[in-house]
Amino acid sequence: MRLANVYRLGLKELISLRYDPVLVFLIIYAFTFAIIAPSRGVKLQLEHASVAVVDEDRSQLSVRLTETLLPPYFQAPEQIGVDEIDAAMDAGRYTFVIDIPPRLQADAAEGRRPAVQVIVDATAMAMAGAGARYLERVLVEEPLLYLQGDRAESSPAGAPAVASVIRLAFNPNGESAWFMSVMQIVNMVTLLGIVLTGAALIREREHGTIEHLLVMPLNAAEIMLAKVWANGLVILLGATFAMVAIVQGLLGVPTAGSLGLFVLGLGVYLFAITALGILLATLARTMPQFGLLSIPVFLVMYMLSGANTPLDAMPELLQRVMLVSPTTHFVAFVQSVVFRGAGLDLVWTHLAATLGLGALAFAAALARFRQTVSLSRL
Amino acid sequence: MAEHAAGPVVRLSGLSHAYPGVGALDEVALELPAGRLTGVIGPDGVGKSTLLGIIAGVRQIQSGRVEVLGHDLRQRRARDAVIERIAYMPQGLGRNLYPSLSVRENLDFFGRLFGQDKATRAERIAELTSATGLAPFTERPAMHLSGGMKQKLGLCCALIHDPELLILDEPTTGVDPLSRRRFWELMERLRRRRPDLSILVSTAYMEEAERFDTLVAMDAGRVLAAGTVSELCATTGERDMESVFVALLPEERRGGHRRLVVPPRTPDGDGPPAIRAEGLTRRFGDFTAVDRVSLSIRKGEIFGFLGSNGSGKTTTMRMLTGLLPVTEGEAWVFDRPVDAEDTALRRRLGFMSQSFSLYGELSVRQNLDLHARLYRLPPKHIPARIAELTERFDLARVIDARAESLPLGVRQRLSLAVAVIHAPELLILDEPTSGVDPIARDRFWEQLLILSREQGVTIFISTHFMNEAERCDRISLMHSGRVLAEGTPADIKARQSAATLEDAFIACMEQGAADAGEETAADRETTQDPMLVRPRRKARRTARFSLRRLWAYTRREGTELRRDPIRLAFALLGPMILMIGMGFGISFDVDEIAYAVLDHDRTPASRDYLERFAGSTWFSEQAPPGDAAEMWRRLESGRLTLAIEIPPGFGRDLQRGARPEVGFIIDGAIPFRGDTIRGYAEGVHRGYLEILGSKVYAGLSASPVTVETRFRYNQDFKSVYAMVPGILMLLLIMIPATMTAVGVVREKELGSITNLYATPTKGAEFLLGKQLPYVGLALLSYLILLLMALFLFRVPLAGSLLGLTLGAVLFVFASTGLGLLMSTFMRTQIAAVFGTAIVSTIPTILFSGMLVPVSALTGPARIMGYGFPSAWFNHVSVGSFTKGLTLADLWLDYLVLAAFGLGFFLLGLALLRTRER
Repeated sequence: MRLANVYRLGLKELISLRYDPVLVFLIIYAFTFAIIAPSRGVKLQLEHASVAVVDEDRSQLSVRLTETLLPPYFQAPEQIGVDEIDAAMDAGRYTFVIDIPPRLQADAAEGRRPAVQVIVDATAMAMAGAGARYLERVLVEEPLLYLQGDRAESSPAGAPAVASVIRLAFNPNGESAWFMSVMQIVNMVTLLGIVLTGAALIREREHGTIEHLLVMPLNAAEIMLAKVWANGLVILLGATFAMVAIVQGLLGVPTAGSLGLFVLGLGVYLFAITALGILLATLARTMPQFGLLSIPVFLVMYMLSGANTPLDAMPELLQRVMLVSPTTHFVAFVQSVVFRGAGLDLVWTHLAATLGLGALAFAAALARFRQTVSLSRL
Repeated sequence: MAEHAAGPVVRLSGLSHAYPGVGALDEVALELPAGRLTGVIGPDGVGKSTLLGIIAGVRQIQSGRVEVLGHDLRQRRARDAVIERIAYMPQGLGRNLYPSLSVRENLDFFGRLFGQDKATRAERIAELTSATGLAPFTERPAMHLSGGMKQKLGLCCALIHDPELLILDEPTTGVDPLSRRRFWELMERLRRRRPDLSILVSTAYMEEAERFDTLVAMDAGRVLAAGTVSELCATTGERDMESVFVALLPEERRGGHRRLVVPPRTPDGDGPPAIRAEGLTRRFGDFTAVDRVSLSIRKGEIFGFLGSNGSGKTTTMRMLTGLLPVTEGEAWVFDRPVDAEDTALRRRLGFMSQSFSLYGELSVRQNLDLHARLYRLPPKHIPARIAELTERFDLARVIDARAESLPLGVRQRLSLAVAVIHAPELLILDEPTSGVDPIARDRFWEQLLILSREQGVTIFISTHFMNEAERCDRISLMHSGRVLAEGTPADIKARQSAATLEDAFIACMEQGAADAGEETAADRETTQDPMLVRPRRKARRTARFSLRRLWAYTRREGTELRRDPIRLAFALLGPMILMIGMGFGISFDVDEIAYAVLDHDRTPASRDYLERFAGSTWFSEQAPPGDAAEMWRRLESGRLTLAIEIPPGFGRDLQRGARPEVGFIIDGAIPFRGDTIRGYAEGVHRGYLEILGSKVYAGLSASPVTVETRFRYNQDFKSVYAMVPGILMLLLIMIPATMTAVGVVREKELGSITNLYATPTKGAEFLLGKQLPYVGLALLSYLILLLMALFLFRVPLAGSLLGLTLGAVLFVFASTGLGLLMSTFMRTQIAAVFGTAIVSTIPTILFSGMLVPVSALTGPARIMGYGFPSAWFNHVSVGSFTKGLTLADLWLDYLVLAAFGLGFFLLGLALLRTRER
């Protein structure tokens, strides 16, 4: 193994990449638009929820109830008729519909305790639960404040016996853009890591240049490492750019942890994921087969890594199975470092696991490398 | 037809054609008489294929006039009408055939494309296969045919519709000499049977020239001369075609070309052989590519390997370089056993493989420099070595050009320069001169002779050019993985008492075939000569849109798909696995929240408060942290998601009504989870207060209004009910779109797209025909996933099965259409696959309503959500499963999905070329 060879071959890799417009476009797209659009547009928690109000009372109280539906939690509420509820819910136009019965204010004033109905589209999983809890709280508190005037607030007599001070650590306002943007970087790194390296290997095989390398005094490990560092470096730069310019700059996400530690982890993860890309490329005979193989692998690693829905919401068994994916460890690493500001002492286990899995993938790819060189030709 | 027989069959004037950056044809004017066998001769890259493609109507005409069979091809309708009367066989052995289809299925497909009914097809297939000797092999897949048989099948496919003009682009390239000879015999019989048939053939083999009635010699996009062989010989005063060709070239192209003289080899004693192989065998599955080959190549010798494509030359060479493990036998290079790990040995060896295998995107200098460094030349010697080689191989003028922009001949010189950069003692060259023009070939050989005779380099070269084999010191004839004969060219000819090496080769092959009990020349003579072509019938008018042709594509694509286990597994098994993984894995059900308590009070009151949390199924208590610092560390590392801090004096303050404050610190890194936990914590806290029963909550218990919350569609509020329908949607777009994404590009890369160009097929028939099998497969997958949803995940279908299924049909039309659309404008398969993945992933996963309701999206996300079919089908799927929606509720979604399907189809149709550029 000679590092000079690895270096030279990697430079060649970079030149080749520069002349592949599709891949270059893919990289640019991945680290700009593919991060911005989901971060700005997708809210996994109660934010910008669509809500309609059926106001059958049209009293001061009902107007006041409607006014509790505030941004950023809710979009401006729309007024609909009671007969429109079913159709609107079926069409998925609103996630929440609040039905204020006739005579609400009068009944409330007379102490008849009328019921406000909150209809929740329970297929909007993440948002439905949080929204329902929020609405239950404000719709109960608001009439009280209204009827008692604002006395209640200033009166210590009305305060609860035990106060709860709830604090969302690491993301005090619960902004989903923070989470979304950083997780999109992880996803794009995963996709590109697999695609760039795998495609680079298969392209060399299809063009016959890999044979050329193998009759030279080079070994498979050198050829593979060259692909790892060259493609890894491109993605590392892209991801770091996305972190600094897009996430911290454009989207204004404050990151708690050290950028250096993030980049270090990214480097380790790139080793693992590019090695996996090579492994997949040695399993496929042709480029389309590689595509067909890597897309499901990517989908599973991405969807079940904890980057979309929390890992601990998955069944125990599946959580264990997903530990063989370096993405799972890296997602945990990133969440700890970037959001919670954890130091190396807390996250080194994730790093070690990523590195170990990467080494395994690398070893497996190495074992298959030579015997598959000839596959595409026959 | 009779009225055309007299006039010229092809008339060209001012025909020019250019590819991006390169000219291919330059002001070509030509007239070809009918009923003749015309040869277009010239090396690779001079415009032969472009010319033939234009005449066959498969290439667009850029400028100039093209008249074929009396029709002006520039007019679309004329071209459509005339294309049925032309047969075209593209370059590359069997490139327009379908490898996994049998001989009969291939022929049947072409018959259908030309609108033949069942009886006609059966009749023609029987006639053609028995005339060409393919009859015993009708059920064999095309990929298992030998080169010669592929060539015959290609010819049969071209002839199935009784054409008037037969255009064959390099039909004999890469075919063994015996098959080549038989091919020409077949041509003779064809012409006897149909004297009015005009045949246009291109070839790079100069020695085939005398077979043609008329010759068109081409170079650099121009016609050098046209006429009979004897006319051309007379004008140039040369005797063999290769010399005639060289003589016809303009002076500057000849560049001081002189006849190559091979100096004799001075034997250098009886040292150990450079290469020795004994009983070398390589099998791939059942197929034996190389069968017990033994060789001994002396040092300093030029040893030639002669044989057709697929005869085992390349496999043997690759085993000798260590690239390919041997199945049986042994090989030594310089007396050391061949070992893939022996890097010292590899430094003494130079290798040049069949195709151009340098890095096209690197410049000439970068290529040389990279290889010099990889061969570990001392860095300070590298510039001098590069200068020396560029001088010797005449590369100085192109030193900074990118390798892929160079003409083939120059590229081969660069390859050789790279192969010798480290001054190896042994050169293994695998068909280095394929497709290179005669002058460039001679210059290449000049270099080889210098290396061999002046520097004592041993050269092991494979070729299918007989005149190159003549230049070798010794040669070995290879066929079907076996060595038929070995010796000096003169010896081999003498042994078979043959005049030429080709005759000797054929004699050897016939001998070998007779030994193996295969069909021999003698048998062939007795074969009946049935109708290879029949007299022309009245031309039919081409239907504008033919269901028969559409069905031909559907059948063919379906058969190919059925025989490809990898794609099938991907299409059916892939979604099942993904459904299981994601169905169980993607969940918003937050429970067993890991929490710990920092209780500074430790009184019965605080324990009473905490009891509420310990008793909840939402929370799972962890060991308490020793201090606040430890608590934070555990939060940071993600091992805790909630920490509860009870202040000192909690019990006392509670007693005194001093409102103690309990602190909750929630891990907000995943905002949705943080939100949920906050809700849970508040709930438990409120519960405690209510139990406490005091004036608590500012009399909230006596709130004037109550709230009733109704969770619609999913009363138990379980993720699985919402996620499984979403995953169904995800899998019905990602997988089918990926499958079709390679559909058209694959045909472009493999070459079978020519059948779209060269037959009366319309773009709509082609696209729709290809789409249908994938729609069928996707619906099968839908059925499996539906059953999984109902019985494995136990998600009941509240709405109508019909409504869901109708949506699924429309949706997979859209998703397969999307893949095909991507495929029509992407150039490579990889770009198509990943382009499709990129385009569909984000809108499908994030903007479709699967994770977040579309109604809550903002900005471009919302536009992308509604601008993609996923969101619409997600509504159908979720609506049918959970909301109990039926056909009547979903009409808008159907309409939009159908519009997407139609839109993708029409866009694909607009982007699909029905002619090559």
